[in-house]
Amino acid sequence: MTIPASWFLVLAALLFGVGAFGVLTRRSALIMFMCIELMLNAVNLTFVTFARSLSDIGGQTTVFFIMVVAAAEVTVGLGIVVAVFRRRESTSVDELSELQG
Amino acid sequence: MFATAYALPDLLVFAAAALCILTGAIGVIAMQNPVHSALSLILCLLGVAVAFLEQNADFLAAAEVIVYAGAIVVLFLFVIMFLGVDGSRHPHVEPLVGQRWLAALGVAITVAGVITLMVNSDWVSGVMSTSTGGTGLATGSGNVTQLGDSVFTTYLLAFEATAGLLIIAVVGAVLLARRERPADPDVEDDVVDVDVEVVDVEDEGEWWIIDHGTSEEVDS
Amino acid sequence: MSHLAPLILVLPLLGFLLVLMNGRSLNNRMVGIIATGVVGLSFLATCVAFVLLLHDHDREVTVNLFTWISVDTLHVPAALLIDPLSITMCLFVTGISTLIHWYSTAYMEGEKDFRKFFLYLNLFVFSMLTLVLANNLVFTFVGWEGVGVCSYWLVSFYFDRDAAASAGKKAFIYNRIGDVGLLLAMFLLFVHTHTLTYLGIFSSTSLLSPTIATLVVLALLLAATGKSAQIPLFNWLPDAMEGPTPVSALIHAATMVTAGVYLLVRMSPVLALSSSGRMTIAIIGGLTAFVAATIATAQKDIKKVLAFSTVSQIGYMVLAVGVGAYGAALFLMVSHAFFKALLFLGSGSVIHSLGGEQDMRKMGGLAKWLPLTFPTFLVGWLTISGVPPFAGFWSKGDVLTNVFAHNKPLWALGVVTAILTAYYMTRLFVLTFRGNERFREVTHQHDPHESPLAMTAPLLILAVLSVLGGLLDLPWAHGFSLTHFLAPTFGFVAPIGAQSTGLQTGLALVDFAAALIGLFAAFTIWRNTVESTTFEKPFFEHVWRWDDAYDAMFGRPLEQLAQVSNDVVENRIIDGAVEGLGGSVQRSGEGIRKLQAGMVRQYALAMVLGLTVIVVYLVGRVR
Repeated sequence: MTIPASWFLVLAALLFGVGAFGVLTRRSALIMFMCIELMLNAVNLTFVTFARSLSDIGGQTTVFFIMVVAAAEVTVGLGIVVAVFRRRESTSVDELSELQG
Repeated sequence: MFATAYALPDLLVFAAAALCILTGAIGVIAMQNPVHSALSLILCLLGVAVAFLEQNADFLAAAEVIVYAGAIVVLFLFVIMFLGVDGSRHPHVEPLVGQRWLAALGVAITVAGVITLMVNSDWVSGVMSTSTGGTGLATGSGNVTQLGDSVFTTYLLAFEATAGLLIIAVVGAVLLARRERPADPDVEDDVVDVDVEVVDVEDEGEWWIIDHGTSEEVDS
Repeated sequence: MSHLAPLILVLPLLGFLLVLMNGRSLNNRMVGIIATGVVGLSFLATCVAFVLLLHDHDREVTVNLFTWISVDTLHVPAALLIDPLSITMCLFVTGISTLIHWYSTAYMEGEKDFRKFFLYLNLFVFSMLTLVLANNLVFTFVGWEGVGVCSYWLVSFYFDRDAAASAGKKAFIYNRIGDVGLLLAMFLLFVHTHTLTYLGIFSSTSLLSPTIATLVVLALLLAATGKSAQIPLFNWLPDAMEGPTPVSALIHAATMVTAGVYLLVRMSPVLALSSSGRMTIAIIGGLTAFVAATIATAQKDIKKVLAFSTVSQIGYMVLAVGVGAYGAALFLMVSHAFFKALLFLGSGSVIHSLGGEQDMRKMGGLAKWLPLTFPTFLVGWLTISGVPPFAGFWSKGDVLTNVFAHNKPLWALGVVTAILTAYYMTRLFVLTFRGNERFREVTHQHDPHESPLAMTAPLLILAVLSVLGGLLDLPWAHGFSLTHFLAPTFGFVAPIGAQSTGLQTGLALVDFAAALIGLFAAFTIWRNTVESTTFEKPFFEHVWRWDDAYDAMFGRPLEQLAQVSNDVVENRIIDGAVEGLGGSVQRSGEGIRKLQAGMVRQYALAMVLGLTVIVVYLVGRVR
């Protein structure tokens, strides 16, 4: 008997939760990005699990594309972080609060 | 050794993967030094790769390590070093009131809810999907062949689009991170105007151009 | 007749329109001639109509002008009813109006609103004639309202004077309160008899139950008290003296104030159905006569004395109506028109000669300066005091005799009032014409001059009428008298039992004695004094504090209500609601604005919490 899919799904859910908590709690932009990567990986794990349990290769294809997009997103995002850091000397996102009501 | 319902090797591998994933994740959010966080992230990603392998997603496991751990996290480390934030310098005080508690509560409830949903739903038990595009897994051709078939035939348009996306991302990143050129000796430095005369006209997306007050040379 | 009657009505209207359209191109003299002329012609037409009526067998002619309202069962024609009552009213209305128009051409000379004055006067005559000649209640009401509004315009003629403007408003408002009575009476009558023409109502009196009849009578009484200045709505008449003197003479002595009495007399068949209604009318009349007489004894302004005197005399008329002596009431009305107009015009002459002075304390000794005004005023004085053989003696005596036959207490009150009448009129006469020339301080050594012919001629005519007026209804000449003439109109009312000649002579002597008592009392007291607090009681002078009572009962509360309405309802509730709505939107906006602090993590938290809600919902559904 292979490991049941639900175990992997629970694991993925926990990973997602940890990543979400990190996004909400950490102030440094770089750490927040890393937490976002955690969440994305949780999603990847879920997709792969379902690909196995439903015998559909589409799940894995989706993961493929998620990875590509994640890479692109990290690239641009870090570029923004660098640009912001040049101005403010700090990576804290709390200081980027000029668009307020 | 143990007489369990599941095959022992599978169990051990799963346990190891789970351990790596959770340890790495908690490490990411708990570590004060960004470099340590990045390294925890690598641990986590390796765990995920092992989980992929266990699920017969060979190519993806490899891609995970190469792309994620090998490229993305390296990029993170580059930027950390580049910006020089590799020291640990985060205060423990949370400026937003109640953020931590609310976040923990919200996340906990969400995760619990999601797990409940997953456990109580039918599709966990492995019912066949009704999608017509589904191809069988682990039968016949190998994983890479199947994946390749899928990407280059069924999802070809998405593939080409992501290629375009990568180009755009690269161009964007280059533009964003470009440093402004040193000012011309002929141009005035301390202009009291609010105009953009000191800064280059073809400025690259530095969106704080309008300076309230004096203009200064932002040179790193 | 059917061509003549509309002419009576239309001529003053024509005058009004002519002056209205061409007034600017006509000079004052022409305006005066046109205005007086049309009324004069109307009088002549009335005389001819009178003669024609005498020869008419039925003594009742209806002249239909056009159908005004015809809806379902409601048919109101614009029609005229020529019968003895309306012809009598028309005769003295047009006659006296002509004289007063003539008088005004001299009195109002030099006024900048000369043309406007005659416009209003002509319109007034037209309205009054409509009131009197109409054959149904609604058309009468048109005239009723018309005289009310003309009175308002004419009283506040000098509108830049605060007192005049207020007086006009007061007159109109009190009239209006009375009008409610007339409207209610119309509604009640229409509901029960389904007709509003006089003849129609009179032939359907059997349809009215005693209660309804009493209600109708009381409603009509309310209307009459408003228009004729009786208790409780009499306060406007003294204030109305702010208008020019010819206005006081015409409207507030001879014509408009008699409209109420006319209405009651006209509706005599309905009055006959309700004895309690008639008793109420009689009591109101008697009380008003007495109260007004007491007030007149303490007034210092010559016109105010005459105003309260009018209220008192009309009280007599109402009293007569209350006991059913309609003929006597009309006799008094006609003779009162003569002598009251005479007195008012005479006082106008006095005021004119003194350059506008109206306070009697500043008059005196004018007898030798006004050789024409003085004797005519003397005639008027004797007439109103009830001295034979002038008209007042006969007419007032007629009223009192009839009252005696029905109600002794009210008769006694009437006699006391007669004493007071003689008293205060003598006081007025003595203070104005005899004694020292106190006016020297006012006119600063200018001698008072007699008024021009246009003013003195009407005085003379009215004086003659006052002397001869008694001939209209001498007690022993019933065959050729006013009462006999009016009999067809009042044929529905049971004739008053004839009293013995001895009793009549006795009562006449009592009247004479009353007049003499009042005369001598006043002569003695006022020959040498000018002011006296014992005889000019402040309570009387201030109209028995009636105005103050109304102010406290109605004026103040309404004012406070208006103030509260403004402060609470207008400012707080309505403005508050409107501004509150805007304010609350603004405040809620500002509150919601604080949600966006610009903190990314806060937004992310919001998203996660939203996700939590969704997940919880889904879990709930699974269960």
